[in-house]
Amino acid sequence: MSDALLELDRLSAHYVTGRGTRVVKAVDEVSLTLRKGETLGVVGESGSGKTTLALAILRLLPTAAQIVSGAMRFDGEDLLAKSPAEMRRIRGKRIAMILQDPMASLNPLFTVGDQVGETLRVHENASRRSARERAGALLKSVKIPAAVQRLREYPHQMSGGMRQRIVGAIAISCEPQLLIADEPTTSLDVTIQAQYLKLLRDIQREHGLALIFITHNLGIVARMCDSVAVMYAGRVIEAGPVREIFNAPLHPYTRALIESIPRMGGGPERLTAIDGQPPDLAVLPPGCSFQARCPRVMDHCREEAPPVFDVAAQHSARCWLARP
Amino acid sequence: MRRFVLRRAAYAAVSLFLLSITIFLFVRVTGDPTVLLVEPGASQDDLDALRTELGLDRSLLVQYGTFLRDVVQGDFGRSFYYRTPVLELYVSRLPNSLLLALAAMVFSLLIGIPSGIMAAVRVGGWWDSAGKMFALLGLSMPSFWVGLLLILFFSVYLGWLPSSGSGTALHLVMPAFALGWYFAAAHMRLARSSMLEVLGSEYVKLARLKGLPEARVIAKHAFKNALIPVLTLAGINLVLMVNVAVVVETVFAWPGIGRLLYEGIAFRDFPVVQATVLLGGTMIVVVNLVIDLLYAVIDPRIRYER
Amino acid sequence: MSADPASPSATTGTPAVFRLPRIRTEGLPLVPIAILLVLVVLAVFADVVAPYNPEVGSLAQRFKPPAWVAGGSTEYLLGTDHIGRDVLSRLIFGARVSMMVGFTAVVIAGVLGSTLGILSGYLGGWVDQVVMRVTDTWLALPALTFAIFLAAIVGPSEWNIVIILGAVYWTRYARVIRGEVLSLKERDFVRLAIVAGCSKWTIMRRHLLPNVANTAIVLATLMLGVVIVSEAALSFLGVGVPPPKPAWGLMLADGKKGLMAGYWWLTVFPGVCIVLMVLAANLLGDWLRVKLDPQLRQL
Repeated sequence: MSDALLELDRLSAHYVTGRGTRVVKAVDEVSLTLRKGETLGVVGESGSGKTTLALAILRLLPTAAQIVSGAMRFDGEDLLAKSPAEMRRIRGKRIAMILQDPMASLNPLFTVGDQVGETLRVHENASRRSARERAGALLKSVKIPAAVQRLREYPHQMSGGMRQRIVGAIAISCEPQLLIADEPTTSLDVTIQAQYLKLLRDIQREHGLALIFITHNLGIVARMCDSVAVMYAGRVIEAGPVREIFNAPLHPYTRALIESIPRMGGGPERLTAIDGQPPDLAVLPPGCSFQARCPRVMDHCREEAPPVFDVAAQHSARCWLARP
Repeated sequence: MRRFVLRRAAYAAVSLFLLSITIFLFVRVTGDPTVLLVEPGASQDDLDALRTELGLDRSLLVQYGTFLRDVVQGDFGRSFYYRTPVLELYVSRLPNSLLLALAAMVFSLLIGIPSGIMAAVRVGGWWDSAGKMFALLGLSMPSFWVGLLLILFFSVYLGWLPSSGSGTALHLVMPAFALGWYFAAAHMRLARSSMLEVLGSEYVKLARLKGLPEARVIAKHAFKNALIPVLTLAGINLVLMVNVAVVVETVFAWPGIGRLLYEGIAFRDFPVVQATVLLGGTMIVVVNLVIDLLYAVIDPRIRYER
Repeated sequence: MSADPASPSATTGTPAVFRLPRIRTEGLPLVPIAILLVLVVLAVFADVVAPYNPEVGSLAQRFKPPAWVAGGSTEYLLGTDHIGRDVLSRLIFGARVSMMVGFTAVVIAGVLGSTLGILSGYLGGWVDQVVMRVTDTWLALPALTFAIFLAAIVGPSEWNIVIILGAVYWTRYARVIRGEVLSLKERDFVRLAIVAGCSKWTIMRRHLLPNVANTAIVLATLMLGVVIVSEAALSFLGVGVPPPKPAWGLMLADGKKGLMAGYWWLTVFPGVCIVLMVLAANLLGDWLRVKLDPQLRQL
């Protein structure tokens, strides 16, 4: 427990729309633990609550959403008790985040150098010159060629891969303890993806960062992460070390996800897809949220939602099948 | 790039051409044009003389040719009332209208942009509601009525400001306010929606994720981006202002081209009316062309669109 | 996610307007509708409601202030003008003029503009080119200037104004409707109709027209405000509705004469009426725009 960097204890965040008539449980009773230097993959379909979870950790939810219950501790400190000013000092400096679309993340009207050095100027009171120098060094560390020239250029003059590296440079500029990457490779070309992932790994090792890697791509999780949490309809339905999850998945959803990864070689086979659609998070049925699509659904699943069962060391699943 | 310039210029030329045809046709085709083009109180002989002079006995095409030739040479006829070439009149009045439009534009931006931005930043708050009300009123109140009310209040009751004419800065205040009022509301609306859009953008999200103070996020990252569409609209509106200031200029007897148009109607001075409309339209086409070209210079993507 | 009942279905092409009963009536904009209803009632029943003949006055009663001001009387609730005509009566009859001119002009502009917009958008080719060039040209001229120009040529009269305003504003419709048609053209139900062998005219009439009806209606309400202000401006300048008809714009022009003497009621009341009507039209238009199709928000 003492070396846990981030602890989430039954965190719930809901969107309230339609003047209180519609409540979307975007994040429902999520519990996670992340240790220093560890890489956690958060996997799920679109709308499973992954991004909301990330924003909740940083307490940057949009006005329609709120954290309604649960606890969050970062480096021993209660995040929910922090004032807005204190949270602001944490963001960018101790917890950083990378968003999915690098073109949209960078302000088109300001130079790369300005945007990379901004966190330094704000958090560390660096002077303009020192911020510029360090920005140049940062760009070099993310392997951007001709870094010094780039400082004066604008985002639209760069390629997608370079932009994502710049975003990465911004993220690590103040040497944070935790980096949250929200689908950082989804909008990159496949050939660039591998390079970028390697870059992330190198950065992580160099700076001793803990990394939360949000993705829908299990292949990346297998390569990058130490542990994984699988989300469905706002809940973590299975979590544990990567090897265990891949070798012995407990939850039918996890199993289906793993089986749906197309494999090369061994002749043609049918693509296994998971039938159906994720449920509407505002009108969840009683019982397990996966019941409509589960190949091994039982009557009990429809009546009562399964709690989290701890099956092995750090391997847990929200499924009646996992009941010991 | 060259192709783009040529194409846009060609479009503009076609528009100007059609404009002149439209005006020409409307005058010729709706009844006897001599009635319009002759001085009030002329005799039948004068009418006949004018008829031959205008070549009304010739074909429409020939007439148009003469018309076009005159126009291109800058001959828009003479004003009946002022007895000077209309072009001279127009050119002498134009600066006044430009001054009024500029003052009104500055006013509308000074009011519109800050209130729109504030409404967006505090969306849903009372500033936003007040702003919406202001916008609604501004867009619903005719500019000339605003002018009349201003005169009532500031000239008649308070006696602070002169109610007509031009010459001093004081003379400019009320007309600029009356003309700019509507546009202030329009600009406020656009500033608000533009700012809202920017506030929801990914780069603003990232700025917040970087832990930047909210004031900086808004003032630096959001503001400049939100301003772009507003300034675009303002540019288009400036030219519009110059031309629709007719009523405001009339209310305040401001000696611009709007008032010139009014005089043309009131004194049945048709050459003036025709020229004002033609020149006004030309001005708009030309300015739009210039704006288009400027944009192409700034944003390379535009040059290659169809 | 549940389907939005207000959007046209991709397969049948049945427009939302025809499904009106399913739209909830909560949030109906009561204020603008009430204002418009009152104005319509006043306009229709002007002869009965107005206390005096709006065109005749007695000089002995000129420039009387409203009833609650010293010097006024309950005989002339809102005062009298420079010829002794009752302001209230003129306002009521003015509602008739404004509504008549406003609605008719909007309808003319709408019908003409929508028709040309559909033809231009669907048929393409030279029809499109011609219509677009004309539209562009007319749009280059500010509406007011153009209207003044035309009014100067044909002379002021109520009918002339209606026609002129219709002629000036149809281009705005044409542009927008053409845009709609261009995107509708690619939709499945149009393609199905073509495959089924429908003639161009049938497609335009039975498929495109109902679908652009929503846009046309929203545009009409928004245009109503603009047209009314234009008519008021034209009348104010003397090239609109001619005296002695009680148009609000004319009343403002007359009112200006008494302005410097402080006869404020001749300016304030007609203006308030104009603002109310335009406000109501704008509010209604905004509400319709959001209700009928959220995609139209960029209008």
